Amino acid sequence: MESVGTVVPPRTHYVNATYGVRSWLLTVDHKRIALLYLASVTFFFFLGGLFAVLIRIELLTPKGDVFQAETYNRLFTMHGVVMVFFFLIPAIPAVLGNFLVPLMIGARDLAFPKLNLLSWYIYNVGALLTVIAIVAGGVDTGWTFYTPYSSTYSNSNVILTGLGVFVTGFSSILTGLNFIVTIHTMRAPGLTWFRLPLFIWSHYATSLIMILGTPVIAITVLLLALERVAHVGIFDPALGGDPVLFQHLFWFYSHPAVYIMVLPAMGVISELVANMTRKNIFGYKFVAFASMAIAVFGFLVWGHHMFVSTQSVYAGLVFSFLSYAVAVPSAVKVFNWTATLYKGSISYNTPILYAFGFIGFFIIGGMTGLFLAALGVDVHVHDTYFVVAHFHYIMVGGTIMGFLGGLHYWWPKITGRMYPEGWARFAALVIFVGFNLTFFPQFLAGYMGMPRRYYAYPEEFQVLNVMSTAGASILGMGYLIPMVYFVWSMRYGPHASANPWGAFGLEWRTSSPPPTENFAETPVVTWEAYDFNPHEEPEVVGITGTES
Amino acid sequence: MQLTVPFSPDQASTFAGEVDALYGFLWALTIFFGVLLSLVILYFAVKYRRRHENEIPRGVKGSMRLEVVWTVIPFIVSMGIFVWGANIYYTMYRPPAEALDIYVVAKQWMWKFQHLDGHREINELHIPVGRKVRLMMTTEDVIHSFFVPAFRVKMDVVPGKYSTVWFEATKPGRYHLFCAEYCGTSHSGMIGWIDVMEAPEYQDWLSGGASGGSLASSGEKLFQQLACNTCHKTDGTGRGPALEGVFGKTVKLQDGSTVTADEAYVRESILNPRAKVVAGYQPIMPTFQGQVTEEQLLELAAYIKSLSGKQGSEGSGGAAMPAGSPRPAQPAPGTAPRH
Repeated sequence: MESVGTVVPPRTHYVNATYGVRSWLLTVDHKRIALLYLASVTFFFFLGGLFAVLIRIELLTPKGDVFQAETYNRLFTMHGVVMVFFFLIPAIPAVLGNFLVPLMIGARDLAFPKLNLLSWYIYNVGALLTVIAIVAGGVDTGWTFYTPYSSTYSNSNVILTGLGVFVTGFSSILTGLNFIVTIHTMRAPGLTWFRLPLFIWSHYATSLIMILGTPVIAITVLLLALERVAHVGIFDPALGGDPVLFQHLFWFYSHPAVYIMVLPAMGVISELVANMTRKNIFGYKFVAFASMAIAVFGFLVWGHHMFVSTQSVYAGLVFSFLSYAVAVPSAVKVFNWTATLYKGSISYNTPILYAFGFIGFFIIGGMTGLFLAALGVDVHVHDTYFVVAHFHYIMVGGTIMGFLGGLHYWWPKITGRMYPEGWARFAALVIFVGFNLTFFPQFLAGYMGMPRRYYAYPEEFQVLNVMSTAGASILGMGYLIPMVYFVWSMRYGPHASANPWGAFGLEWRTSSPPPTENFAETPVVTWEAYDFNPHEEPEVVGITGTES
Repeated sequence: MQLTVPFSPDQASTFAGEVDALYGFLWALTIFFGVLLSLVILYFAVKYRRRHENEIPRGVKGSMRLEVVWTVIPFIVSMGIFVWGANIYYTMYRPPAEALDIYVVAKQWMWKFQHLDGHREINELHIPVGRKVRLMMTTEDVIHSFFVPAFRVKMDVVPGKYSTVWFEATKPGRYHLFCAEYCGTSHSGMIGWIDVMEAPEYQDWLSGGASGGSLASSGEKLFQQLACNTCHKTDGTGRGPALEGVFGKTVKLQDGSTVTADEAYVRESILNPRAKVVAGYQPIMPTFQGQVTEEQLLELAAYIKSLSGKQGSEGSGGAAMPAGSPRPAQPAPGTAPRH
């Protein structure tokens, strides 16, 4: 096709195996479904981003002068709803997970290919309901839907948005179910649990949260709708309900949901760090079990969102304690990634830059999590911009670094083409700088006392808000650059070999892009994870050098 | 502990210094770990950069000892922070026994304050410096949150119940009051000021303004208007229990359990009289749900409290409504319920 002179024999792979819209919309190939999801989540990322731009424009000045207060309240609500439920939660599992879980374990597809396709349709039905709610005037409750504001007082499209969230939840459940069954039953011969790539471990942990947590948000939204429509007293005290009950139910899902976002990103980072240094992950089992520990402990810390909610002081103490417990496995991961760099062969390609960016955001986001778990400090910073900054560092910084890093790293596998390395490094830098400039000032504004969800604010906060808006415009540019060169590279990028990085892992042992059936024959695994150098005995390191 | 952190609000309460100290420590810790890890990563990234395309380094075995070290150290550090933070929190949420009580009713989108002497304020609260102040708060509609950055205190105000927050101002001045829990359209307009005054000025402020009677006396009037006194007779011969000397005591209930007669119990007994019936009495009291506002409920509580000689002495003198809020019309008993 290109004027290369040599004739490349046309090879059949999953992209060109069949043609036509039907062949995509009715596909049961996990790789094609991953691309369908990629299109959907990218759309919602830019929609959510658009709301963010409008928010930042309004906050440029202390007075509410660009939008009406009602409009502003809808903007931040829809920014949150769209980003959380339609981008951050599905982004890595539904795109990279869908594409890679079967490839990494040497399987032909996921266990339930049709459920996989169904999950994409369910996602889109939920998304469509939410888009209708937005077009019909939006919703103004905040993505947290706190009662009794949402159940009794709000005049916006709470039910329709709630329905969108409710429906989309099922796509999450189906994806989680699919991953769990696939990882249990379809691993290639010889691929024991401790030979699995850490990406698989983190997706396994994520899937557990998806199937155990998501039903709770579904029930909660349903109860909210029941109260709003039929005036059944569940949350509104005027009807005999308890508004704080809603917060318990909501956070019982929504705190673990943060781990649905960040655990897959951690899985990506483990792959990037190992493969970009060509070394085995330091403390493989600790990193794997840390994922499981985070998934389990993540269910026990929801009350740390409620330290000033009138929840009992003793409940506050318990939830604070458990929140510190969940911080430890996260720290363990960071130390192990850092130790993996030791005596590695560290590439400076874009994927590792995103891994470094992730670690940077994760240190700041994680450490400020310790501020918030500290009861006495949380009382002051709760519901201020400090919290906004913190969760953007973790949820957004973490997930986006993982998502973009992973997308760059697996791009040659997904498309068979290379992206332009120079531009990609530049974009990674722009995103890192823009993100910090956007969100770091918000820690300071928060501690100074600026409450979140304020449409107008006292003048002393303006300087920090201007910095934040300036950062957001850099960040926005940073996101657009990859969008452009990815699209460009699909057509014009240089062809990629089966394993352009010299990486480890089964997905690199098939062609790029892979054939529909993934592998010509089922691989038999006789090696450990990330065993780049099987011929030399691994070096022993330790604190004293006399390690057992 | 007078540590000042950059980018922090005024330190104007006894909590402020303590919170700032922990906050400052946490930043120090963050910078320490952040810089340490960044330097290590940077050092490795330079030292072990890929020298040629086909380089394959030798593997490194994990180290149990290192894993234990970097599991245990963060755990110990975080337990330290936990105890430190819990300590501050515990003090914040144990209101002192003796304090200046002020009642707060939040609504979309304003803060209404009732002083015991009858002063009423909107979006502005005058308090004396150096004295413990306890707020008993509720809301007429959605959840709000009482937040004074300079005091480092915050507490949600939840419909259907009373929440309490206390503080002791240490520095006279005018400080922001914010609503921190999103409450609808004018959430960001639900702001006000806390005026912390020196004792003499505070006395001046108290003695100024128009009269309207103390909170307890308003409650007493209401008590008669609603005909509460026909059953709750002072001599105990009525169909309901006498309320003199009851407040703050433990009350025995029909089912053998007990309850402390506080504001929350008074409120519940008025709105949902059958929930906790006093032993020896019949559950015959009708509900006053929809007939009394949150503010009136607090007046009634103040009155019942005064019957136990608990309060009513706060800054006697003329009461006033400086903010010019018309007193809510008090519905006659039997008025149609209104929400």
